[in-house]
Amino acid sequence: MIEFRQVTKRYDSDHTALRQVNFALNRGELAFLTGHSGAGKSTLLKLLMVMERPSAGEVWVGGQLLNSLPRRQIPYIRRHIGVVFQNHQLLFDRTVFDNVAMPLQVIGVAPGDIGRRVRAALDKVGLLSKEKMNPLQLSGGEQQRVGIARAVVNKPPVLLADEPTGNLDPELSADIMNLFGQFSQVGVTVLIASHDITLINDMNRRTLRLDQGQLVADGRPRTEANHG
Amino acid sequence: MAKAPVPRSGGARQSASPLKQVAGSYLDHHRTVARDSIVRMWRNPVSSMMTWAVMGVALALPVALLLLLASLQNVSAGWENGARVTVYLGLETPLPQANALADQIDTDSRVAFVELVDRERALAEFRVSSGLADALDFLQENPLPHSLLITPEASYRSTDGVEALVEYLQGLPAVERVQVDLGWLQRLNALAGLLTRAALALAILLAVAVVLVIGNTVRLAIESRRDEILVAKLVGGTDAFVRRPFLYTGAWFGLGGGLVAWLLLLITFWWLSAPVARLAALYHSDFVLSGLGFENAIMLIFTAMTLGWLGAWVAVRRHLDDMEPGDH
Repeated sequence: MIEFRQVTKRYDSDHTALRQVNFALNRGELAFLTGHSGAGKSTLLKLLMVMERPSAGEVWVGGQLLNSLPRRQIPYIRRHIGVVFQNHQLLFDRTVFDNVAMPLQVIGVAPGDIGRRVRAALDKVGLLSKEKMNPLQLSGGEQQRVGIARAVVNKPPVLLADEPTGNLDPELSADIMNLFGQFSQVGVTVLIASHDITLINDMNRRTLRLDQGQLVADGRPRTEANHG
Repeated sequence: MAKAPVPRSGGARQSASPLKQVAGSYLDHHRTVARDSIVRMWRNPVSSMMTWAVMGVALALPVALLLLLASLQNVSAGWENGARVTVYLGLETPLPQANALADQIDTDSRVAFVELVDRERALAEFRVSSGLADALDFLQENPLPHSLLITPEASYRSTDGVEALVEYLQGLPAVERVQVDLGWLQRLNALAGLLTRAALALAILLAVAVVLVIGNTVRLAIESRRDEILVAKLVGGTDAFVRRPFLYTGAWFGLGGGLVAWLLLLITFWWLSAPVARLAALYHSDFVLSGLGFENAIMLIFTAMTLGWLGAWVAVRRHLDDMEPGDH
């Protein structure tokens, strides 16, 4: 579903964010992306969302090569990629319902269907009762779940998360991770950027570790630790 | 009980063609966005009305000028129909010769009608109309010549036609001077033509100003909705989708501006109509200040909306298309 082939991203002559990164994620696979800040996690996610283009190599998502994708086609790729941010990127001038409805409005879903699908997504993250509230009235964990509901409402085949548990306590983080696990079980490819080592070790899923733009480890943390 | 309607509505959806569905939701979105941008405008009534007022004034000014000039040209067109040529004969020309000349001119095909005004009659008329009766009594003899008032045939009332006629008349014996009433009319026409051009230039400049004003207003709207734009782009909103609310905003500003301009024109013309009528009466003129009229008002409003939309387009191209998630 996602494949990086020898991907290099250079911002300018003296700053290389990614160096010859190779990896592939299958349909329904859940993986973590870890590394120090500045190791290239954000750049990798941005390449997937076509916010940036690679300097060299190939980025494939869902069988589509993103390198040479015309600008006009970018929105249509993004519709197949759900994204969850650390700071939620929710809009506080509208209700929870309207926040989650945005991806559906963008693709022109009929209003009747929007209601049904938004409620299904909110139900999934356990916030069905709060659809009419403003996101500001919600706790940090709830806001993050609204962000997740918005990311999955369109049933995208790929779900990306950038530090989704950054501001949350361990218990809430575990809840969120469980949600991601459920999505991967129904066939969504999930890639979670995080530097929460404890959480990553607890989950014991495939983990891509970046260091100064290079992919230095790819495997489960416990087996990796055993080898180390 | 609640389950029953669900499959039915689902069936109805399936029976509609996908194309129809897409078109339907597309129109739905247009409706929603159009309504939403009006609601947003009402939320800032003061600044919205200021923008309308600026636009209204900028539009009303050139339109008022053009209307005024159009009225003026209507009047001069009316006068041109009554164009008359006056031929003054030499002072010592005897009356029989003047009569003969009048008859000769009358046979010319370009001339519709000739009236001879002899010296005595001219003096009598002058005495009455000038109020200089006492002064005239001091004169030893009548200073006025015989004159011929010539009305050209309708087809020769054009500027060229009259000029040819004048040339012919000047070549006749005993003719001292030929005067065409058209002279000042031509000057007025030329002036009106010049002013019309100036008004058009002004209109173009002010239209550009309107586009810039709306562009700036829409730029502020774009800035204030930055987060929303970024999220919309993030979840796959196309450029057209993201632009749409702002283009509608521009068009609504245009609508408001057009209405204000119309109102201003109505008030101005109503305020001017009484003095203009009085002035026209003094000049025995049928001059009427013609207002905008319904069709032109619709045109004005439509133009204003187009300008607003154009301004929004400029702002959108400058500020919105560059906005990309991940830059912040």
